Amino acid sequence: MVPAGGAAGFIALWWLAVLLRLADPVLLPSPLETFNDTAKSFTQGPLLHDLWRTVTRTVLSFLVACAIGVPLGLLLGAKESIYRAVEFVVDFFRSTPASALFPLFLILFGVGEGTKIAVAAFGAALVILFNAAYGVMNARRTRLLAARVMGASPLRVVFDVMLWEAMPQILVGMRSGVSLALVIVVVAEMFIGSTDGLGQRVIVAQSLFESGLMYGVIFVAGALGYLLNLTFLLLEKRFIHWAGK
Amino acid sequence: MNAISPREAALSVRGLRKAFGGVPVYDGFALDVKRGDILAIFGPNGCGKSTLINMAAGLLPADAGEILYDGRTVDEVRIGYVFQNYREALFPWRRAAENIRYPLRRMGLKRAEIERRLEALAADFRVRFDLNAYPYSLSGGQQQLVSIMRALAVEPEVLFLDEPFSALDYETTLSLRTLLQQVLKARKTTTILVSHDLEESIVLADRILMLTRRPTLVADDIAVDLAWPREAATLSAPDFIAIKARCLDVFTRAVAGA
Ligand SMILES: Nc1ncnc2c1ncn2[C@@H]1O[C@H](COP(=O)(O)OP(=O)(O)OP(=O)(O)O)[C@@H](O)[C@H]1O
Ligand SMILES: [Mg+2]
Repeated sequence: MVPAGGAAGFIALWWLAVLLRLADPVLLPSPLETFNDTAKSFTQGPLLHDLWRTVTRTVLSFLVACAIGVPLGLLLGAKESIYRAVEFVVDFFRSTPASALFPLFLILFGVGEGTKIAVAAFGAALVILFNAAYGVMNARRTRLLAARVMGASPLRVVFDVMLWEAMPQILVGMRSGVSLALVIVVVAEMFIGSTDGLGQRVIVAQSLFESGLMYGVIFVAGALGYLLNLTFLLLEKRFIHWAGK
Repeated sequence: MNAISPREAALSVRGLRKAFGGVPVYDGFALDVKRGDILAIFGPNGCGKSTLINMAAGLLPADAGEILYDGRTVDEVRIGYVFQNYREALFPWRRAAENIRYPLRRMGLKRAEIERRLEALAADFRVRFDLNAYPYSLSGGQQQLVSIMRALAVEPEVLFLDEPFSALDYETTLSLRTLLQQVLKARKTTTILVSHDLEESIVLADRILMLTRRPTLVADDIAVDLAWPREAATLSAPDFIAIKARCLDVFTRAVAGA
């Protein structure tokens, strides 16, 4: 109930600002107008399609990131000496704003879907890799030894113990990774050869002075990010039932 | 010293050497453990008890020497190992029963055989709690019991226990001790028990090895000829008191006094 109260308060303040004419109505439309414009774009305009495109791109780049980040992170975590050797590179690129990499990826993947997905996947993969590697490095040594004594092969130890030991940290990595992928996808939709997606819709709405729609799309993007985050939080809670016990 | 013929030995250690950072822990150490015996290892902190059983269990490489199980290396035999810290040894993402089944699956046993062993263990240890629970929802004693069952499930040639009761309260320790001696003696499992509790060592063991400070040597090797099963009354029997006195005497001379 408290979050709903906060949201209601926010809308009330917004409405008050509109009524008091604190800003130009073109820049600050009322909540109702925003809602109507957005609903209209959903039902009659391209917004549903845009949302779908953004979700697809985010999920796709997230899946690519997981496919690269989880196994590589497990591997690097298991061989700590290798991880120490590449740690600087991982840290460096993890700290590099992914948007600065657009030109490079444009050269590599051309103007199109490939680049958007590749940059987002790259950024998310590093976050996931980093977390998976740390999860494995912090695995309880006793459990690894226990598995070995019980006759588990090295590969078995990776899948039966290290993966599980790292699982809480991997899910944390996935949660940050999917948020980052969304950020990068939306920016990419704004600036690199797009005709659809939430990022594209915001930019178009802004340039056409459709400020109601512009705010609406921002909220839709926000809701999407929030839901993705919430999904992973719930997954963590349900799936990692043993954490902290 | 007790003479053990090579054919009786389940485990023999010869010329064992191990140093950490140039400081020797073992320098020419030898040991034979008779099949079916329970050997307790007693010694001061840091003398290398865990190091010894870890090398024997193949978890730590030795610098030199050989550790053979009836002529075979540790990779060729089934062993069981119970860690001191049960919280960090069980797999919390698997139910207790699944933890016990894990090494049996690794052996490639048939499902029916796995279930047979699980049920036999549960009966031997008179398990009354739900084995389908996750380890973290069990008490400490129950968790360590699951660890012990997991180690015994493979019917090990040698069972290693590294201070298995040190994290448990006295009452739990007593009841686990009683169960453990019954099962080990019924199954004739060769066992090496590291313990910090002299009384516990005497009650559970056929033989006690007292170790010195580093570089570690055998200060005394004491046969415990008390009848099985050993019960509460054993603790006040004259034989028990005599052995305890001898152990304490060795301990003060060779270990504390050194
Ligand atoms: N991995 C290691 N690196 C360096 N030194 C070690 C290592 N493992 C053990 N040692 C040292 O070797 C000695 C023996 O250690 P070990 O753990 O076997 O002793 P312990 O007899 O089991 O002691 P405790 O009664 O405290 O469990 C100790 O002095 C310890 O500091
Ligand atoms: Mg120890």
